[in-house]
Amino acid sequence: MKTHLFAFGMAALLLGSAGLVSADDAGTSSSNYIHGDFGPPRGDPIHAVLTSPPNVPAPTLRSYPAKVIVELEVIEKEMPISEGVTYTFWTFGGTVPGSFIRVRQGDTVEFHLKNSPNSKMPHNIDLHGVTGPGGGAASSFTAPGHQSRFTFKALNQGLYVYHCATAPVGMHIANGMYGLILIEPPEGLAPVDHEYYVMQGDFYTSGKYREKGHQPFDMEKAIDERPTYVLFNGSEGALTGDKALTAKVGETVRLFVGNGGPNLVSSFHVIGEIFDTVRPEGGTVEQHNVQTTLVPAGGAAMVEFHTEVPGSYVLVDHSIFRAFNKGALAILKVDGPENKTVYSGKEVDSVYLGDRAEPNLAAVTQATKAAAAGKLTKEEQIKAGRQLFTGTCSVCHQANGEGLPGVFPPLAKSSFIAEDVKRPIRILLHGLTGPVKVNGKDYNSVMPPMTQLNDDEVANILTFVLNSWGNPGGRIEAAEVAKARSEPAPAPAAGH
Amino acid sequence: MRLILACALLFAAGSLPAAEYANLPGGRFASVLPADAKTADTIVAPFALRREPVTNAQFLAFVKTHPQWQRDHVASIFAESRYLAHWQSATTLGNDALPDQPVTQVSWFAAQAFCASENARLPSWNEWEFAAAADATRADARSDPAWRERILNWYSRPSNAAVARIGGDPNFYGVRDLHGLVWEWVDDFNALLVASDSRDQNDPDRLKFCGAGALNLRDRDNYAVLMRVAMLSALKAADTTVNLGFRCARSTSSGNTP
Repeated sequence: MKTHLFAFGMAALLLGSAGLVSADDAGTSSSNYIHGDFGPPRGDPIHAVLTSPPNVPAPTLRSYPAKVIVELEVIEKEMPISEGVTYTFWTFGGTVPGSFIRVRQGDTVEFHLKNSPNSKMPHNIDLHGVTGPGGGAASSFTAPGHQSRFTFKALNQGLYVYHCATAPVGMHIANGMYGLILIEPPEGLAPVDHEYYVMQGDFYTSGKYREKGHQPFDMEKAIDERPTYVLFNGSEGALTGDKALTAKVGETVRLFVGNGGPNLVSSFHVIGEIFDTVRPEGGTVEQHNVQTTLVPAGGAAMVEFHTEVPGSYVLVDHSIFRAFNKGALAILKVDGPENKTVYSGKEVDSVYLGDRAEPNLAAVTQATKAAAAGKLTKEEQIKAGRQLFTGTCSVCHQANGEGLPGVFPPLAKSSFIAEDVKRPIRILLHGLTGPVKVNGKDYNSVMPPMTQLNDDEVANILTFVLNSWGNPGGRIEAAEVAKARSEPAPAPAAGH
Repeated sequence: MRLILACALLFAAGSLPAAEYANLPGGRFASVLPADAKTADTIVAPFALRREPVTNAQFLAFVKTHPQWQRDHVASIFAESRYLAHWQSATTLGNDALPDQPVTQVSWFAAQAFCASENARLPSWNEWEFAAAADATRADARSDPAWRERILNWYSRPSNAAVARIGGDPNFYGVRDLHGLVWEWVDDFNALLVASDSRDQNDPDRLKFCGAGALNLRDRDNYAVLMRVAMLSALKAADTTVNLGFRCARSTSSGNTP
């Protein structure tokens, strides 16, 4: 008890000295002291401004506990889950994840849960930031066309998940019924340039990944924990392309990251960034210099980083098949001037060389010199191409060009190359996804674009391939590659 | 019995034929809400169940002969403000309520009064559940994942579109549209109290409920049925929703034609 009182006294002292909390905020009666209770609400009641993801409400900037009225409507609606695929989502506020709620520690929150008259199901809400049975669930069970009200005091600061807890709980969550509530510390969070709201969820549809049309919920897959989709913000492409998150070089970004589940734990990572500060699990301890932070199902984390170099930074669940095969991808686009001292921005990809690497790339150097002098011969191209092929291509297509049956198509005696000897230029530049038929066999996989190769390198590799393993011969010139590079990418998978 | 039949015919003497009832044998039945709150089977007595949910046309005929149930006459303790609100007027269906769509936005009190008017009553939960356990060929198809899938598919369709018309395929007993069309009132809906926070495993707040209410669900995997129980337990007797209709039942102690 003595240490407790001492700690409390220290806290009051610290808060007081910060000048943001008046003395009576912290209460004066230590015998009835409840941590986080700063006394009865003051001032006029405030209607909370809720935001749709990825936006976050502005800081409360308040120095006293208030009564905050939160009104949240449950809406069941059909929305796209992927390109050409729709799903019936159950939502808090019409979006997945639900509206972001922001209050201050010590606030008295009057919560109104409304269930749209068009709803089929009854719903309720369990806020992990509530102290009390069911986190509000027992007090908010609401039939379609009705509303419930309950009130709680936000005693603990932190970033908390809220979700529907109506039977069957798993199905309500799997349909998108979750979101985040931030309970700010009394002094607020440190100001940053951008705050964004990103929440992961796993989804279970009867059809396969990206199977077109309306897809119903699949209970068996959900029980077996075999998601069809793992997504940030409820749909594939919710945070890519025009909808990517944005920032400028030299800014600080704070992400409020949640994980609704229902099943999976997220290994949250931003490719190309290191989190300067993480509040793991949404709590108060700060961790620094973190690459990947674990976000439990029904949990959250606050991550902050400073942007140094422009480019597209990819937010992923680093359980990586979820990112590239189930949709758990988002983009943060950072604009601004390059900083070559931090990142050179141009290096040959040599990650996958491994023991296949040959000790020198003399032929490549030779070819580069010859090309610069305008005297490059086909033989020099083939020699250089062979060495480059070993480093870049042989991992999948194999050193003998035979590929791997059913996975990586062969380049040796390839009908696909013979049909159009210029086609491989476009494939190297733009990649190739989807079904192709090579030498009578079907392949359906993904080759990423080899954008790390320059025009000379692409020309040399392809000239080597054309003159090897029974392919028709010929020569690809760097100028052809440059021309193809300047043209727009072909429509994906069309015609294959 | 004959007299009752005659009355029913007399009542329906207007343009509508008398509602058809199917006879169900009843018997020992594993309800999702076990009788002793653990595992005991439930005994369902023989009963008759309306083959189809009550339609707008049938309910319109009812309110015309029972004006106290018209929406502008009904006592507010018997039906909330949305009662029959989708009808064009108190005695006209209009475009948003087709004659052969199931009637929805009706309160439990109104449903009960309708059934009484055709010498019937609302089915109990166990009766409804007994009839709904069937598929086209089996009396109890609940262990078949396909049975469950079909129900869950209805749940995953949003309800902002118009309710379909009656006339689904008959089940084993010749009863139609128990699944895939609307929620249905049952007589004892307010005894189906699932804890409003359904996650209490073995510590339901027993004092909160009386008698049969404090039941644990027997088959927690049977999400499809669980959702109907959850829906019904969210309601009060004067409530209405856009997806909630009803059908009627009769007791047939001897199994004779009602």
